[in-house]
Amino acid sequence: MSLTRRHFLFLLPAAAVAWDALVAGTPEAAPNYNMTDHWWGLLIDVTKCIGCGTCVQACQAENLVPDGYYRTWVERYHVADWSIENPVVDSPDGGKHGFPASKNEGGKNFYVPKMCNHCADSPCTQVCPVGATFVSPDGVVLVDQKYCLGCRYCIQACPYGCRFLNPETNTASKCTLCYHRITKGLTTACCETCPTGTRQLVDLKNPNDPVHKFIETHSVQVLKPHLATKAKAFYYGLDGSVR
Amino acid sequence: MNGIPVEGFMYPNEIELQWSVLIVLYPFLTGLVAGAFILASLERVFRVEEVKPTYRLALLTALAFLLIAPLPLQLHLGHPERSLEMYLTPHTSSAMAMFGFVYMWYLMAVLVLEIWLDYRRDIVILSQTTTGLKRIFYRALTLGSSNISHEALAIDNKTGWIITIIGIPSAFLLHGYVGFIFGSVKANPWWSSPLMPVVFIFSAMVSGIAAVMLVYMFTCRARGEEINMRCVDTVAKYLFYAFLIDFTLEVLDLIHRIYEADESFRSLDFMVHTKLYLPHIVIQLLLGTLTPIILLGITQVLPLSATKRKLTYTIAGCLTLMGIFAMRWNVVIGGQLFSKSFLGYTTYKLRLIDREGLLVAIVLTLLPLFILWALIKLLPPWEDVKGEHLETAYGDD
Amino acid sequence: MANFKDAGHLLRMAAVFAVGIALFLVARSIFVPKSFGQYGHYRGAALAEVASKPVMFAGHGACEGCHTDVYDAKSKGVHAHVACEACHGPLAKHADDPTALQPPKMDVAVLCVRCHEAGLAKPKTFPQVVSAEHSGGVVCDTCHQPHSPRIGDATTASAEKPSGGSK
Repeated sequence: MSLTRRHFLFLLPAAAVAWDALVAGTPEAAPNYNMTDHWWGLLIDVTKCIGCGTCVQACQAENLVPDGYYRTWVERYHVADWSIENPVVDSPDGGKHGFPASKNEGGKNFYVPKMCNHCADSPCTQVCPVGATFVSPDGVVLVDQKYCLGCRYCIQACPYGCRFLNPETNTASKCTLCYHRITKGLTTACCETCPTGTRQLVDLKNPNDPVHKFIETHSVQVLKPHLATKAKAFYYGLDGSVR
Repeated sequence: MNGIPVEGFMYPNEIELQWSVLIVLYPFLTGLVAGAFILASLERVFRVEEVKPTYRLALLTALAFLLIAPLPLQLHLGHPERSLEMYLTPHTSSAMAMFGFVYMWYLMAVLVLEIWLDYRRDIVILSQTTTGLKRIFYRALTLGSSNISHEALAIDNKTGWIITIIGIPSAFLLHGYVGFIFGSVKANPWWSSPLMPVVFIFSAMVSGIAAVMLVYMFTCRARGEEINMRCVDTVAKYLFYAFLIDFTLEVLDLIHRIYEADESFRSLDFMVHTKLYLPHIVIQLLLGTLTPIILLGITQVLPLSATKRKLTYTIAGCLTLMGIFAMRWNVVIGGQLFSKSFLGYTTYKLRLIDREGLLVAIVLTLLPLFILWALIKLLPPWEDVKGEHLETAYGDD
Repeated sequence: MANFKDAGHLLRMAAVFAVGIALFLVARSIFVPKSFGQYGHYRGAALAEVASKPVMFAGHGACEGCHTDVYDAKSKGVHAHVACEACHGPLAKHADDPTALQPPKMDVAVLCVRCHEAGLAKPKTFPQVVSAEHSGGVVCDTCHQPHSPRIGDATTASAEKPSGGSK
């Protein structure tokens, strides 16, 4: 009856992850996870973001992020006419509870989710004096909470403002790409809960990953490309005004 | 967030400043060390005899400030108990990690060694003439050797000379590295510049020379001794030269920024004219650089009486120290007041009573002076222990 | 060349330095964590520490097993690609032991407007309304079934109310 049906469905991970667009590849159990088989990144489709802030709330719930600090956040841009060098930007409480109504002044208006870009050539890991922050073999920039001194050099070195000092641990903290989830075949909390498919995890070592194929065949951008950080958060539909 | 007023837009995690006044204090203190040492090396290596009365005092000043310099860092760290990790597993790509070794090298292989060699004769004598705790202290410093024969002292002199030769580039490395810690951060256009280490070195020299000049004049007055005007005039002359170079470098940076006007320029320009107007334009540039340069320039050109010169040097010296502290403030705090999106500004909330507050900063600035006082008592810089003065007083007009 | 008799104190100082360096090397062998350097300049054990953090969101795959009727209704409607926990919150604890944690009741009025309140920056094709003018004060689920909210879409009878387990 339903008991066998429940077990049957549990035993078919492929059925459980029918939504290709949301999950990359076949989920693997944690003990079978081999770091060198993966090179993680993220695709953010700016054209789909509705600024609901669900991702910010989900991240906080999943990772116990203290109030007032943000592992991810959403910015709202207003670009008047052709003036892409002077956008008006706001991010009230990181966009966690959405955005208040804005006056209709024409121009372009859109939301941009932000997070750690998990740079392959990351300037933040370069400056850490003790090796407490590093790029993992599968491409995720992590902080060793037991080793970090709290000197804050990495926070200064990050061009994207994605790091902060966690006041509870007195160590540097930031988006971990939900490492504890992706190594178990789950997707990140923000990708999981995003209602419009704006955020999608991508495995850049998996040629069959549909998100990887998308990045290979469409125009995508990264933030601050002139700093050559080899950022792995790819944006689709990013306006030139985005900082 | 946290009630910190923000103008425009800042990335949410940028609103609270990461590096406080203690991180302003740290380059200020290490700058004094490097500058004091360069002044000492003027006599030792470049044979500028006139500044000999400040030689030992400069070394002791450098040591006093270098001993206190790690304290603001320890108070700033989230986990000071883990600070040994910087020596155990230093990340060679990190300027901060490598600086730990530069500091240790400079403290032990340059400063401590040079002071020990220069004072060894006095230490040995004091280890035999004092009693009680002091005797134990001096005996420990002798390392068990009481050889102060002419030959031994000649070896000390030669070795000390070599150490000073090594010490000059070491002093440049010491403070150049601090400049590089900021200058190598590509994320921050206020900091990122190849000029940063050079500007730091020369402003260090300016502050160190001014500090030793003031300490010398103050201690002479306190001891009721005549201030050696030939010495002070020469020190002031080198201060003036160092200042000219420092000023030139800062103006070069300014002109370059204004001319190229890259994407960060408008944001930084606005910041300097508003949030940093008092610390940058008024305190650093007008009062802390132009005024002392003009005052010192006047003493170089016009024949003034000794009294007038002493007063001018004192004012110029104090303004210099204030100006160089302001320069560190403008680099460290200024670099965090603007958003990396170039769309907004935040505010630095300096609390009075706090682990990184104003009171702590004041205490840490005064602490080296107490250490210096203790060092002067233990290792007198101006008296040969047999009672004969090392410096001879020159008459003044 | 230095006469050893007169340079004895230098040798003593050199010995002090040598002892210092030796102590440092001993400290290194004691205090540097064993897994340091395993994969790079960091503690290899840190990877496992980060990976062992507790999971709060079960993921959409975990819900279908028990809540098949809701899943069926949702997958036919316009909320097909909205994860269950996007609205219901983190429920990994509930998925592990359904009786241990009952999912909290949803405040429909707050939840729906979070996404569907009209906003200038929202994509034009995204369904959005000015909530104050839309329903005349009536709460959203009076007319819209949250699991398949488009009015007129076919919904199964058992999907009218969220079920509390397999039937």
